[in-house]
Amino acid sequence: MVKLILRNQEFEVKAGMALLDALKKSNIVPEAVIATRNGEMITEDEILKDGDVIKLVAVISGG
Amino acid sequence: MKCKKCGGKASVNMRQHNMALCKDDFLAWVPEQTERFIKKYRMFTHEEKILVAVSGGKDSLSLWDILARLGYQADGLYLGLGIDGGIDYSHESQRLTEKFAQDHNLKLHVVDVEKEYGHSIPVLANISHRGRGKPCAVCGLAKRHEMNRIARDLGYDVLATGHNLDDEAAVLFGNTLQWSSEYLIRQGPVLPSSDGLARKVKPLCRFYEREMTAYALARGIEYIYEECPFAEGSKQIFYKEALNQLENVRPGTKMTFYVKFLDAKLKGDLFQEKTIEQVNLHACPECGQATSAPGLCSFCRLIEKARAEV
Repeated sequence: MVKLILRNQEFEVKAGMALLDALKKSNIVPEAVIATRNGEMITEDEILKDGDVIKLVAVISGG
Repeated sequence: MKCKKCGGKASVNMRQHNMALCKDDFLAWVPEQTERFIKKYRMFTHEEKILVAVSGGKDSLSLWDILARLGYQADGLYLGLGIDGGIDYSHESQRLTEKFAQDHNLKLHVVDVEKEYGHSIPVLANISHRGRGKPCAVCGLAKRHEMNRIARDLGYDVLATGHNLDDEAAVLFGNTLQWSSEYLIRQGPVLPSSDGLARKVKPLCRFYEREMTAYALARGIEYIYEECPFAEGSKQIFYKEALNQLENVRPGTKMTFYVKFLDAKLKGDLFQEKTIEQVNLHACPECGQATSAPGLCSFCRLIEKARAEV
């Protein structure tokens, strides 16, 4: 399994899918996050591997 | 996905530009583009003194970083607003801003609103009864006033803020929904200087918020990730989320919305230039800054009221 972490929320998806599909499956708008794996930014076509922990950095700020 | 410049592994994909870049090429591309837009919109030159309004967030710290990398004379201004919200928000953002200035050997001015005027922003908001329990209106008013004041008093030619394209598109969206022509006519990358007001520029206005986040991460800039405690449920965030939904389906929607607006405004397709001339501004008798009605400006009225209640 692959774990996606966005602020205090966690999502789990199956390994082998692309990041873009994982975000869609988790109802996360890709435009609203930057994904990192082991501290490195990754693009939406990246295939997620079993055991991956993807930290999603929210991009929206303001008020 | 491959980097469009070097063919290596890409780190950032920008669908609106149909371009992905590796970390190194992205870190070179952002300042190049910033320089391009500084020149395109005639924001400032290398001879001018720039005051960068820095909040401790990703955009303003990245802007300061980019201007320093480009060799501009850019000093920082941090405004202490006295917002806690259970997360020590103002103290933490000040700490991160001071750390950035120290690490990069940059000059930072710190102004504490409570020390200057006797009350923090949340207290001023309570006293004024503006904003229906939220201090955002008073906060915006105080920030604009203090940024103008410091820029003028310390002799800066220009005041730069870290507004990105998403910020601008959200404001444009809100003002368009209400056809607020007075606000629409004034929106742009440069607000010229006038009596009592410094020239204001937004060098990041053509970058998506996502790109600025990527820049801050790639540069290792430590910024305040937590949102302002009062921003939750704000209209601006709601508009940004709505625009991101559109962007997700149609990449480039936000960019087109903002850039085509600027083009149309420039060509006079939306509003006539005379609309600007018809706006009569007056000098506030207390602080000298421009205000739309005769007498004290909104900020000086706020402070007068706060002092009367002490």
